Amino acid sequence: MNLFSNAFGIHEKALQVRSQRMEVLARNIANADTPNYKAQDVDFKAMLKEVNKEYLNATHDKHYAALADAPDNGMRFRVPFNSSFDGNTVEINVEQAQYGKAASDYQATLQFLENRIGSIRKALKGE
Amino acid sequence: MRSLDSVFGIAGTALNAQTIRLNTTASNLANATTMAGSDADAFRAKRPVFKALVSEEMTNRAFPNQGGVKVDQIVDDPTPIRSLYDPSHPMADKNGFVYLSNVNEMQEMVEMMAASRSYQNNVEVINTARQLMMRTIDITKA
Repeated sequence: MNLFSNAFGIHEKALQVRSQRMEVLARNIANADTPNYKAQDVDFKAMLKEVNKEYLNATHDKHYAALADAPDNGMRFRVPFNSSFDGNTVEINVEQAQYGKAASDYQATLQFLENRIGSIRKALKGE
Repeated sequence: MRSLDSVFGIAGTALNAQTIRLNTTASNLANATTMAGSDADAFRAKRPVFKALVSEEMTNRAFPNQGGVKVDQIVDDPTPIRSLYDPSHPMADKNGFVYLSNVNEMQEMVEMMAASRSYQNNVEVINTARQLMMRTIDITKA
């Protein structure tokens, strides 16, 4: 285990993505009554993949830029179950459920981090 | 931790917008039986129209609430005004008509409940985010 440069592994990045998802869902809930607002969500898989991706660097004038993989910000529009008169695609029950799930996901990641910190502390104490 | 921080700002803008919606409903209900001497002077029910704060320029920089909501405008309900023939009324026009408001009490009650439910939703959002933040602070105690 690489203790100091990468102590928390993927969980550090995962916590960032989780908290960003909380923000996106809070936006949806805040705009539940806004006409023409389109609900969004975070594609966790796509976003986490982005974290570990390395892009080609153009280090020479004659290098071509890599076209295929533009950074993916992981945002996706939600497809509503029912349409509404005012063009709003927020379905408040769906958002509430997702917000609850996002909160417990966040706590799960937090728990992983806590365990990791606990074991590092144990290792340092040498008990 | 910028993301969890901005949850408070976003839900805060929603609380503000829903409060304005509740206020307009209260105003509509208070004026439900208001009479007027002409069609133009009659009270018309007010409705707030919400708008999403999509770009940075629309928000106050010191207050991170991009992605929140604001009241864009307040429009009059287009329902036609009812007139009533009552020559003895002090506000009656020369033909003996008084003009009532176009407020529908039942609709206002529904609007009020919808606004208060949305308000509660956003309070819950803030509560959950606050709990997660407290747990994040406690992480070093592990």
